[in-house]
Amino acid sequence: MDFLPTLWFILIAVLWIGYLFLEGFDLGVGMLMKAFARGEKERRVLLNTVGPVWDGNEVWLLTAGGATFAAFPFWYASLFSALYIPLVLVLLGLIFRAVAFEYRGKVHADRWRTVWDWAIALGSFVAAFGIGSMLALTTTGLPLNANGDRVGGPFAWFSWYAVLGGLAVVGFAVIHASAFVALKTDGEIRHRARRLVGRWMPLGLVPMAVWAIAVALENGKWFSWLLIAVAVAAAVASWIANRANREGLSFMAMGVFLLAGAAAIFSAVYPVVLPSTLNPMWNLTVENASSSSYTLGLMSIVAAVGVPLVLAYQAWTYWVFRKRISAAHLPEPHDFDPAVGNAAGKEIQAAAGNGN
Amino acid sequence: MEALEIARWQFGIVTVYHFLMVPLTIGLGALVAILQTRWHKTGNEAYLRMTKFWGKLFLINFIMGVATGIVQEFQFGMAWSEYSRFVGDVFGAPLAMEALLAFFVESTFLGLWIFGWKKLPAKVHLACLWIAVAGSIVSAYFILVANSWMQHPVGVEMLDGRPVMVDAWAVFTNNTALVAFFHTITGALAVAGGFLLGISWYHLWRRRKDGIDTVGADGRVIVGESATIPGRDKKDHSVWIKSLRFGAVVAMIAFAGSAISGDLSGKLMFEQQPMKMAAAEAACHDGTGFSILSIGNVSSRDCSDVVAVMEVPGLLSFLAHNDFTTDIKGVNTLVPEYQERFGTHYPDDPKYGTLAGTEINYVPIMPVTYWGFRMMIGFGGLAAAAAAVALWLTRKGTVPRSKGLMRLALIGILAPFGANSAGWIFTEMGRQPFVVAPNPAMSGVDQVFMFTASAVSRGVSAGEVVFSLVALTTVYAVLLVVEVVLLTKYIRGGVVSAMPELDQTKREDDAGNGPGGEADDDVLAFAY
Repeated sequence: MDFLPTLWFILIAVLWIGYLFLEGFDLGVGMLMKAFARGEKERRVLLNTVGPVWDGNEVWLLTAGGATFAAFPFWYASLFSALYIPLVLVLLGLIFRAVAFEYRGKVHADRWRTVWDWAIALGSFVAAFGIGSMLALTTTGLPLNANGDRVGGPFAWFSWYAVLGGLAVVGFAVIHASAFVALKTDGEIRHRARRLVGRWMPLGLVPMAVWAIAVALENGKWFSWLLIAVAVAAAVASWIANRANREGLSFMAMGVFLLAGAAAIFSAVYPVVLPSTLNPMWNLTVENASSSSYTLGLMSIVAAVGVPLVLAYQAWTYWVFRKRISAAHLPEPHDFDPAVGNAAGKEIQAAAGNGN
Repeated sequence: MEALEIARWQFGIVTVYHFLMVPLTIGLGALVAILQTRWHKTGNEAYLRMTKFWGKLFLINFIMGVATGIVQEFQFGMAWSEYSRFVGDVFGAPLAMEALLAFFVESTFLGLWIFGWKKLPAKVHLACLWIAVAGSIVSAYFILVANSWMQHPVGVEMLDGRPVMVDAWAVFTNNTALVAFFHTITGALAVAGGFLLGISWYHLWRRRKDGIDTVGADGRVIVGESATIPGRDKKDHSVWIKSLRFGAVVAMIAFAGSAISGDLSGKLMFEQQPMKMAAAEAACHDGTGFSILSIGNVSSRDCSDVVAVMEVPGLLSFLAHNDFTTDIKGVNTLVPEYQERFGTHYPDDPKYGTLAGTEINYVPIMPVTYWGFRMMIGFGGLAAAAAAVALWLTRKGTVPRSKGLMRLALIGILAPFGANSAGWIFTEMGRQPFVVAPNPAMSGVDQVFMFTASAVSRGVSAGEVVFSLVALTTVYAVLLVVEVVLLTKYIRGGVVSAMPELDQTKREDDAGNGPGGEADDDVLAFAY
């Protein structure tokens, strides 16, 4: 009976993992724009590692949101309305970041670029933190009443889990992005990125591990613990691969860490999708929050066609843009003036004489 | 004010704003794809320049549509959670499909197009743009399926007080959606046509003002070139005159298409939402006449002092039924019908907020519907007429020297935008007080409706919505200024703004720009 809701719970978990894996590194690259990059050249190298792909990565968020709406409208409605203010901030972060990617290079003035660099860095940070908080709170609970509405005012959602989840995604994004930069660039920046992974990985990944363990302690199953063990092993493997200058392996191992860690978290809370901290009777579950089986069936067909297709052409994109980028590859920024006549132009006009 | 009122303002503002970028994205994307195809077919460099220049403006605008689009998907859950719960079973599906089947395609292939110049084989590169454009058109279809279900609910059954989908085919082939899709795409093309026309006019005018192009005794253009102004060679003239004519033709065809689809849409609305159409006419009493001008307090509840000053007899009847004699129901006839079916007062239930137990006003705000309807048609028609005039005025190869006309051409860019916004404001406001409009008795699925008053998030306070309203409108206002400043900068720069290699004052070599430069091994042909 609840095969379809369970399938959709898994699918939504997959969409979130896809989002965190892909946009994880471009959010992280955004945060590195201020803290890590040295000088304009390096900032442009960073930007261009994600240039062709960041927008496609962000669609994973829209798809996760849309799929939650379609498959679990009650989950979508309760979660998004309860976290009203944090999500406004996430939206502002994503807006600034997107516009900054495109507009930063459009005017050649240091101040202009500095403003957009901050927009990218802060926008990425706020978006990553907010989405982390949201995901953590959907696994640990919100003060919801019987109707699924938040009670207790605009900040009633706050708990230390919100902070933990925020740190988990920010930490993961920064480390994941550093591994990505080490994989995608060449020259001095590549080595610095690799050193950053080696030095900060333990700190960066700890919050996500703590979140997984906290959720598993609460209501985990045996395989939640197994998945946590896999995640920890993958993190260690990633660290060792990084030490051995195997950047591709290190990056992929970090992907396994995310996959196993997030799977541990989602599987531990199943079948609850959003607990109520006020009364367990009011928990939203895959059963009581889902759409009809007709709708879920329809969406399953669409997903069966759509998801493999997306994976195929996004993989192709990464293959097309597979080469490492270094400062030497960057075309010179190009500036131009309005195409209007000056005094010289006027002379031509006078000489031409006959006019109309 | 209550959360409901603020949330409605917010939805209206962010959606109208988002829909400034969307039609330009859809329309201009298609035109750029056509231009690049022309370049491949003819090898004429003018088409390459047009592709690059209009493509650059397209991207400056596209990103704003992307950025503001995320808000659209989130706000249903954030501010309208009761609505989301009620309609989720049927409304969420097209939204999810839009993301999965359209947005992924659009953004991934556009990324390939932007960064893939010279990197991808020429044909593949062109195909990427067409695929991205197709994605944007498909996204319009899905979101209109969702919106049209609110205008005309189909394919559902009520189960425990909620509509659940029982017939996906009916939902995805909703006649309201198909017509709205046709209408939206033609509206988007009208926007893009006007955009090309206005900006090309400016450049042709500028070339004359700078003394580059002159006009011979027979009134024909004598194309010249400038040694000092970057990019102003003879080919440059061809870029602008071709763009101008292309834009004008597109604008006229698009208007013809919007007139046809608009007429179809109107006929459906007379049947599906008679109150919306009565309000569009400020028609208080039954009749057949189309109002040219009505005066008086058109928002008065009982219509007592609305006077139709000028009417075209029979036209309204023609718009609704293709004949001149069938009476169209006016507001005074419709209100009692609605009251009989849906009650005179909101139920005394907390979910209606402070409106609980108060009288239901079934009449939309008539000045908005009346003028919205007329502005939509008026701006649209004006833009098409201007395009025809522009073609005539430029028949000898350039534009008149008049600065006033040039300004008019630039301001004219706004007309199709105005028509689009007015049309949406009309159709969404005309549906009030319902967020999901009920089908008239004995037509379509019965008793599926939702009052806007009960759709808002009950757990969200007015203060939170004020916060988001202020934050979003402030950021949007700033970004609109930034976008317009950047567009202006790139427009004034001419083709050189998108093709630095054309700048003869800085040029070193301009090799390898023909179709099929796939041998180029550059890591980055384009970079942020």
